[in-house]
Amino acid sequence: MLLITCPYCAAARPEIEFAYAGEAHIARPADPAALGDEAWRDYLYIRSNTRGLHVERWRHINGCGRFFNAARDTVTDKFAATYRAGDARPSALLSEGVQR
Amino acid sequence: MTNARVIDAAETESPTARPSVIPVVAATSLRVPGRGRNAAGAPVRFSFDGRSLTGRAGDTLAAALLANGIHLVGRSFKYHRPRGILSAGCEEPNALVGTDRGKGRYEPNTRATTAEIFEGFCSTSQNCWPSLRTDVGAINDRLAPLFSAGFYYKTFMWPKSFWNKVYEPIIRGAAGLGKPPTEPDPDTYAARYAHCDLLVVGAGAAGLAAALAGARSGAKVILVDEQAEAGGWLLSEPDVTIDGRPAWVWLSDVVRILSGMPNVTVLTRTTAIGYYHQNFLGLCQRLTDHLATVPEGAPRERLWKVRARQVVLAQGAIEKPLVFAGNDRPGVMLAGAARSFLNRYGVRVGERAVVVTSHDSAWAAALDLARTGTAVPLIVDLRPTVSPDLLAEARRSGIEVMCGGTVTDTRGRLRISAVRVNPVAASGTVGEGRWVACDVLLMSGGWTPSLHLFSHTGGKLIWDEDDQIFLPGQATEACRCAGAGTGRFGLAAALADGAAAGAAAARDAGFAAKAGGFAVEGEAAMTGIACRDLPTDRDAAFAKAFVDFQNDVQAKDIRLAVREGFRSVEHIKRYTTNGMATDQGKTSNINGLQIAANALDRSAPSVGLTTFRPPYTPTTFGAFAGYNRGSLFEVTRRTPIDAWAAANGAVWEPVSLWRRARYFPKAGEDLHAAVARECRGVRASVGLFDASTLGKIEVVGPDAATFMNRLYTNAWTKLEPGRCRYGLLLGEDGFIRDDGVIGRMAHDRFHVTTSTGGAARVLNTMEDYLQTEWPELDVFLTSTTEQWAVIAVQGPNARNVIASLVEGIDLAPEAFPHMAVAEGRICGVPMRLFRVSFTGELGFEINVPARYGRAVWEAVHAAGRPYDIVPYGTETMHVLRAEKGYIVVGQDTDGTLTPDDAGLGWAVGKAKADFVGKRSLSRLDMLKPDRKQLVGLLTQDPRIVLQEGGQIVAERDGPIPRRMIGHVTSAYWSEALGRSIALAVIEGGRSLQGQTIYVPMPDTVHAATVSGMVFLDPEGQRLAA
Repeated sequence: MLLITCPYCAAARPEIEFAYAGEAHIARPADPAALGDEAWRDYLYIRSNTRGLHVERWRHINGCGRFFNAARDTVTDKFAATYRAGDARPSALLSEGVQR
Repeated sequence: MTNARVIDAAETESPTARPSVIPVVAATSLRVPGRGRNAAGAPVRFSFDGRSLTGRAGDTLAAALLANGIHLVGRSFKYHRPRGILSAGCEEPNALVGTDRGKGRYEPNTRATTAEIFEGFCSTSQNCWPSLRTDVGAINDRLAPLFSAGFYYKTFMWPKSFWNKVYEPIIRGAAGLGKPPTEPDPDTYAARYAHCDLLVVGAGAAGLAAALAGARSGAKVILVDEQAEAGGWLLSEPDVTIDGRPAWVWLSDVVRILSGMPNVTVLTRTTAIGYYHQNFLGLCQRLTDHLATVPEGAPRERLWKVRARQVVLAQGAIEKPLVFAGNDRPGVMLAGAARSFLNRYGVRVGERAVVVTSHDSAWAAALDLARTGTAVPLIVDLRPTVSPDLLAEARRSGIEVMCGGTVTDTRGRLRISAVRVNPVAASGTVGEGRWVACDVLLMSGGWTPSLHLFSHTGGKLIWDEDDQIFLPGQATEACRCAGAGTGRFGLAAALADGAAAGAAAARDAGFAAKAGGFAVEGEAAMTGIACRDLPTDRDAAFAKAFVDFQNDVQAKDIRLAVREGFRSVEHIKRYTTNGMATDQGKTSNINGLQIAANALDRSAPSVGLTTFRPPYTPTTFGAFAGYNRGSLFEVTRRTPIDAWAAANGAVWEPVSLWRRARYFPKAGEDLHAAVARECRGVRASVGLFDASTLGKIEVVGPDAATFMNRLYTNAWTKLEPGRCRYGLLLGEDGFIRDDGVIGRMAHDRFHVTTSTGGAARVLNTMEDYLQTEWPELDVFLTSTTEQWAVIAVQGPNARNVIASLVEGIDLAPEAFPHMAVAEGRICGVPMRLFRVSFTGELGFEINVPARYGRAVWEAVHAAGRPYDIVPYGTETMHVLRAEKGYIVVGQDTDGTLTPDDAGLGWAVGKAKADFVGKRSLSRLDMLKPDRKQLVGLLTQDPRIVLQEGGQIVAERDGPIPRRMIGHVTSAYWSEALGRSIALAVIEGGRSLQGQTIYVPMPDTVHAATVSGMVFLDPEGQRLAA
């Protein structure tokens, strides 16, 4: 069972307190009507499916209830970082992840 | 007393020559007086296959059987070959028995080498009929050439139809091990969490030294061992001294020290079954299986879930069998096991032992046995030269030695009676064989470090070319391996390595730890070589040389797999089933790998090792389930009115986690009769329904209306406080996710209801958008599902029933019309009253604080008596809503229906610029005319109620498979219409109005006419009453 650090509670808690919520940093388009079918399809369905460091959303659903973001290695399951929703992705970590 | 002279009659190489008969010995003489950990143990009566036998307290079943001269304990999986006891530990592949602890406590496939006996212990052999000694299935052994690797893929190809009905049942019947128990498990199982600084797996010399180093630094230590007592290999090697004390004195001192420390927990009979992420380990502790009398209510096992800051894996090593023809006869066993049985249990495994080995450690077994009264005529060592010390000791014990020898065959039907040994020249040529009589053959192919848990973490293994073993490489977790698990064989090495690992781990956990030193004298030599199947002068293609004993895999099967083109060890494993039995290849993996690598002419590491997966040893389902069984498997949610329903004879139905009253049968009524009566009662007068399970979310804040506008398809801005609207929630993909009536209680407050099963999901969706997409909105979301009890009063007399109870709300139709909501009081308690209907009748939904639910329900029920008010359940609710074409999300929709598909296009706010899912509704695929649409169905025979889920086709006749154009989503008997009704999704369904479609069933085909979805009162006059 993973230990996940909730950036709002600032505490590591077991995985059963959390719910996974898909890839992170996929913002809902401000004006969906302005998007063509392909762009809207990409927003709906196309995901990076990363092997390595992946940015993703979790919710501390059985704790504080907040959604937050995490960078997790999909090969080792190790968390490189967790950070609050709305914060920028940790670019240093991710460029490292791409090189793997 | 030892006899080094080989019996004359056995010396000649002749098929007719048989070794002289070994006299049957009295069972008691196999116990060595004063020897063994349990030398003073009381006699214990136990049974095997109905035979009453005597063992000794502290014996494993294997030890007790061997003490009674019994080696034959089972039949093999595939060929039904007689099998004996191979090992003395958890790696045992052969000696699997059924154990019966009484009262439904039968367990198959228990390893005789780990099961502890007690007074009255009952065990039986497996996979044999009519008896262990005379087994009909043994014909498979004669037919063995038919049963090579992959035989069933090749042999049972034709005719195809025979596979399911003939071949597979026969194969499954003939193969196999124990039979599963048929009764529910009567035992209870416990579970707990634990945290520690240092978890040490294995309480052998290395583990004890590691725990000691950690514990003395003040670290919180948990030390676990799967065996009944700590000590590991020390229990089998009493003749060494550590720090000047005999091994067992040192052992008891260390265990006493550790057990007395408040920061140390020592768990025996506890197997570390799996090593998971971030140093999370599962430990299965066996609490009562070894007890003759189980304390009332005591759990059988306890699953520990441990989070350790640091882990030391001191799992030791497992001895490898040698692979040669006839290496599976009862009486052929691992040399180390023989030494364990002798030194730990005081049991000699036979009267006359031949030893064949490629490793020093077997010599110690030979010498120990020779010293305690077992004849050891011969040691065959595969190595051309061995240490002069060993040779000298063998000579002193009068044991003949053949260095550079091999074993090429064995004899004996139910127990080995002779072994054929041959010299091997330096050139590799195998010389002439001779037969040597024996009743046990002890073998050792060296030792395999136990790296199972290390592998669970994804830690890489490194091939050691010198010792031909895999060793732990880079760790992925905060863990260290120590002792024999790192290839450091021998007691002194294990102690030093364990102490160093324990101290280093404690330091990493933040403690000032030092590794203690140990002085060891008298330990056995531990060098050797590895070999694949042994050289032979015969055709190896006919040798029955077993690699995997439990799955009956022979060396020639592995070669066959290679010849047939298998290259990856993972494929060879699955084709031959090598290493796939319940022992997970603990004794067979490396031998199999060496043979495969040789056949492929590649190095062992390039062929690779199969992946170890949890659990380390077979683990009961009960241990995993723990407390989560029966009523504790899942919570049962109950409404405030549940107890009333129970007292009034409700028949229950589970709806998500809730239990809901499905119907309230009167005496003699079945489901159909009760539902018909309930339906009539509602439509004719009035009914009472517990709708408390509806999901309820309070959406509050200055931006509440904006939030609702963005989320739901409907327009909310113009909805006045005091009015309700049917709300529809989509996913961004445009498909229906949930629906429910939403009341605007105030300008900044909405009372949202959701489907019973969708409540948590809808709240999660709301929170997601609010927190991550629209954090600028000032809105609060609160689940109020459990706070409100909801009592639906439905029917033409609904207003008359509640009128006398309601205060502060004018119920007149014009003052409180359909889809009105108001706050007031009922029976003196606060209430939110909705005028809504899921029946098509005049209806009210009374929301009161949950604690008043039961009282208000009873008051309404009492007030309804003059109107013959009828309590109804979910089944009637479903019939009544279907008569009106009201959908149930998740029943009539399945995540692929848009609002238009479901006939709910009217609920979409066309003028709204955006809402969740809007953009998807204009995708090309969403506009196709042949999308599946929800329609009504009327069967041509009105008595036929279609089956929900029944597939729909356009033509009655035609080739099979016919194209399916839809399916039935809801189907009921409508009491109001006096006929059946159904809802269905059909491709382009709305354009098929009035046309006939067909629903094929196994024995007939039903014809039905496509209709509109509203079967009753399409004008809605009853609703407006």
